[in-house]
Order: sequence, then C-alpha cells, then structure tokens
Amino acid sequence: MIGVALKLAFRELQRNLMRSILTMLGIIIGVAAVIVLVTLGSGATQQVTQQIASLGSNLLMITGGKRMGPGQSASAPAFQLADAEAIIREVPEIQGVAPQASASSTAIVADQNWGSTVTGSTADFFTVNNRQIAEGRVFTASEARAGAAVCVIGETVREKLFGRQSPLEARIRLQKLSCEVIGLLAAKGQSSMGTDQDDLVVVPLRTFQRRIAGNNDVGMIQVSAGDGADTETVRLALQRLLRARRHISAGEDDNFNVMDMKEIANMLSGTTRMMTGLLSAVAAVSLLVGGIGIMNIMLVSVTERTREIGIRLAIGALEREIMLQFLVEAVVLSSTGGLIGIVLALAASKLLAALLSVPWILHLPVMAEAFAFSAAVGIIFGYVPARKAARMDPIEALRHE
Amino acid sequence: MSAAKPLLELRAVRKTYGSGEAAMHALRGVSLQIEQGDFVAVMGPSGSGKSTCMNILGCMDQPTAGQYLFEDVDVGALTRDQRTLLRRHYLGFIFQGFNLLNRTSALENVELPLIYRGVGAGERRAAAKRALETVGLTGWEHHMPNELSGGQQQRVAIARAIVTQPLLLLADEPTGNLDSQRSREVMDLLTEFNRKDGITVVMVTHEADMAAYAKRIVHFRDGLIETDRATGNGS
Repeated sequence: MIGVALKLAFRELQRNLMRSILTMLGIIIGVAAVIVLVTLGSGATQQVTQQIASLGSNLLMITGGKRMGPGQSASAPAFQLADAEAIIREVPEIQGVAPQASASSTAIVADQNWGSTVTGSTADFFTVNNRQIAEGRVFTASEARAGAAVCVIGETVREKLFGRQSPLEARIRLQKLSCEVIGLLAAKGQSSMGTDQDDLVVVPLRTFQRRIAGNNDVGMIQVSAGDGADTETVRLALQRLLRARRHISAGEDDNFNVMDMKEIANMLSGTTRMMTGLLSAVAAVSLLVGGIGIMNIMLVSVTERTREIGIRLAIGALEREIMLQFLVEAVVLSSTGGLIGIVLALAASKLLAALLSVPWILHLPVMAEAFAFSAAVGIIFGYVPARKAARMDPIEALRHE
Repeated sequence: MSAAKPLLELRAVRKTYGSGEAAMHALRGVSLQIEQGDFVAVMGPSGSGKSTCMNILGCMDQPTAGQYLFEDVDVGALTRDQRTLLRRHYLGFIFQGFNLLNRTSALENVELPLIYRGVGAGERRAAAKRALETVGLTGWEHHMPNELSGGQQQRVAIARAIVTQPLLLLADEPTGNLDSQRSREVMDLLTEFNRKDGITVVMVTHEADMAAYAKRIVHFRDGLIETDRATGNGS
C-alpha cells in the first residue's frame, strides 16, 4: 500500500510540477538556511577557537585606560618599561612579558612603499605571540638594550616591499628611522577579527621609543603565564602589582585593564554560537512557513480531487488508505524539498565558506535532522488535509463537479 | 418469490433528510427482495427516492429506519469501514458520469479496485487486461479517459466494476450520457454479465427501452414502490 501511495504521490507531484516546486520552496529555503548557517557558524567557531589557541590561551593583555562602559575609556598614564620589568621580577608563574608600543607608519624600500604598523617590543614578543621566524633571527638582548636599528617583518610587508626577493640585510625606512631587516616572520593569516596578522614590522622597544615615538611610553604589555598556571591568579597578581605601581588608592577604580585571552575566546565563541542560534531560529520559522504552504496546497489539492476521492471511497478505499495517500503525498512534497534544500545548502555553504575564508565542516547530523524535520513538517501539515480527504462522504464527493 | 434466500432485502426502509418542519422523506417504508442472479431496473421520476435507494443498496448511505440485509448481514449495524470493505469485496459500481480517474490510463483505472483488494501487480495487470478484453477495449489499455469516446469510457468503467467479479453490480443511469447505439452496447454487456456470470444487476434508468433489458422493473413514486413486475426476460 505504501509503495502504491508513493508511486501515486510522485505522479501527482510531476503532474503539477510548477506548483509542487513553488510549494517546496519554503521548505527548500528553510532547510538550506539552517544547514548553511550551522555549517558556517560552526566553521567560524572552530576558526576562532583555533586562532585563540594559536595566540596562546595563557596570554594576558594589559592596556591602559579606565573601563567606563562599552566602547568608552578615559585616558590614563601610559606604562613604562619599568612596569614590565617589575612584572618579570614580582609576579610568579610567568613565562614571558612583552611590553609594546605601536604606531602606523609607511615602510619604504627604494621605490616601494607600504603603510603598515610598527611595533616596538622585546624579544619576548615573538614567544608570547607564538610567532615563528621563517628566515633570519629575532633581535638579541644587546640590540634591544642598545636600541639598534634592526627590524623583523611580516610576510605581507615582505611581499609588498620585496616581491619575491629575500628581505634579509635590506634596509627599510620607517619615518626617520632606517633599519636593517634581520628576520622574516612565518605567515599566520587573518585573525578572527579579520585583521592581517602578517602586516607588521617589529623593532626593539627602545628603538621605537627613541626614533619613532619620541617618548618612553609603553601602550600595552602582553604577559604569557607559564604552562599549567591559573591565568586568573596571574591576572589578580598583575592587577595588584600595577595598582601599587600606579598609586591607585583602595576604592578607586583601576586605570588599566588586564584581559585574559581565555575570557575573550569564550566571549567570541559564545557570540558566534548565539548568532548561529538566532539565525537558525529564523530559518526554523521559514520551515514553519513552508509547512503552512504545504498545508495550503494540500487543501487545494484535496478539494480539486474531491471526485477522485469519491471514486476511491466508492470502490473500496478505507478512510485510513485515503489518509495515507494524502499524507504520503505531503511527506513526499516536504522531504523532496528537504533533499533539494540539503543539496543547495552543500553548494552554498561551500561557496560562502570559501568567500568568508571560514573552514567548511560537513555536518552529517545536522543534515539528517533537517531532512527528518522536513519530513515531519509534511506529516504535521499534511495531517489536516489528509483527514479532510479521508472523512469525505462518498455520495457527496461523487456529486462534486 | 421462491424459497431461495434473497441476496438483498430491504425491510420497511425509511430515509429522512433534515428534521422537523424541513424534514424531507426520501423513502417512506420500502420493502424489496432481490434474488441472486436477478436483473432489476429501477425507474421513477426524479425525487421519487430511487437514487436514495441505490445509495443504501450500495452501502454508501444508512437507512434512518428499517433494515437492509446484504446476504443476511444487517448493513445498518456496520461501521463505515466495514461497509467500505463490503463494497470492496462484493460490489461493483457504474455511474452515469463514468467517474474514471483523469490522467490515468484505462488499464490503471481498471486496476484500481484490485489495488485496494491487495492483489499483486502482475496478477492485477493480467486481470485488468482480461476485463478490458471482455468489454472489447483490447488495444486501448494505455489511453487516458479524455482520449476515449463516451461509450468507450463507460466500457472502461464497466470493466472496472466487473474486474473484481462482484456479487452485485449497481448501475446508476449507465446510458444517461450515451447515444442509442452506445446505450445498446452497454446494455448488451450488462445483460451478458448477468446471464453468463450470474452477477446480480440493479440499474436505475429513465428510459423504458433500457429498462426492457431487465428481468424485473421496480417503479418508485414519492418514496414508495409503486409497481414491481417481471418483464418476461427471466427464464
């Protein structure tokens, strides 16, 4: 009986091909949207998590300024190199401390120039940020102390200024500073916030302060906690130390921030998850609307085929057999829509993942769920029309014009 | 009337539509016995109750009062599904308007009642082909109803009605939409099934010359049987 009903359903679908496709559209869009969103969402989440892990989940960042609510901060005195030295001395369980000061600057080599960011820091910058050297070396302690005119550049800067040539031993001009390239960083790609992590020039902090900034300020201090250290303990120790060093009396707010990357990681992946959830809810609504579309068309179809139903009932079709026929038809309609939606979603998510440079993750359970859901939509929204068909009075139905 | 048990029996059957002042009495106490192998023509003006009577005989409607016995089974006591099964296994229907499924080939139309009987695909096809052959439509199996003439469509409908070899064939003005030549062909087929296969036929008709094919003519008037006489066609 199911076999016959399936055959009939597919025939009925073919007969009204245009109508069937339009009816399925809601389900197609709904299913495709759910799968695309979940695929891209989990790709983005995975990417964020991986990037944060590559930054080092034991990384803490200290920035100046008072937190005054979202997006606002009051100015506060900058840090000094001495602050970083005090951290190394006094805070236990610390692996590296990288005081930093940055400015945007145009880097010039011969007739090429490129606007990039110049960061002054110590050799710890590379270990704290998990940056590998592709060619050359990082600056030595004596170069750092002396404020030598040397720099390490990122892959993007190399590409813009040197093309295919090796940048080592070449000289780059940054404002009034002319420095020798001693190292090239291994490429790291885009960050989860969409910034190019390879577009940078790193010079010794002292060099930056003297020759570029013209002051002794340190804008940010990155601290990496030792393996197995509790970042929260480290954060509190940093806070305590800096409050003392900056003479903040009890009861007064901090005029600096200590951010734990773990916190940021959780916040970012939480945001992505929430966005995915919200968008999926919107997609679920479109599935619901698709279901209503199916119910509507099935009701029209039942009315149109009143005479056929009458003939079947007169000839000996039981109520449940008529019911089954129309239910199967609704389910075939919705699950065909579901299948088309899945195929579309695979193509669309692959394309979008490439465009947004997010990893593409095949999510079989989500596809199975979406398919099951579309079939369920057929059963739920096909029920009322099918019951209407099954309950018809054969005499009335046969009289129907 | 012989001592043989009748196939069908109506006992003081009443059918009332609506209630109170607006009540419409379609049947006012009809009693009728039809023997196995009979061929009954039911005549009467419109509104005389003959269609209501056919609906009750076809187990599609229930009497308001009285009893309808089909082979001693009280149809009035059956559920809707049980009456459907009775139709499925023992009854065949022919309608004035043919009532074939659109966009469905002649062969598939004839197969339809066998599908509900659960007959396998191969056997179903063979039986449907044989039925189409008996009504003279070999070669037309794969035509759609709209590609067939009225006479051909009615013959497909007859094939559909007899493919299950029913006990009772109910025909509601089977020649109402046909010219006299096609009407005679249809009547010849009905007579043949009645004579050769012993299928009991009950047929509603307006036309006296169609009624003349029957063995017995029952006249309805105002919800009652007015006359009930043999035509002399019976042996």
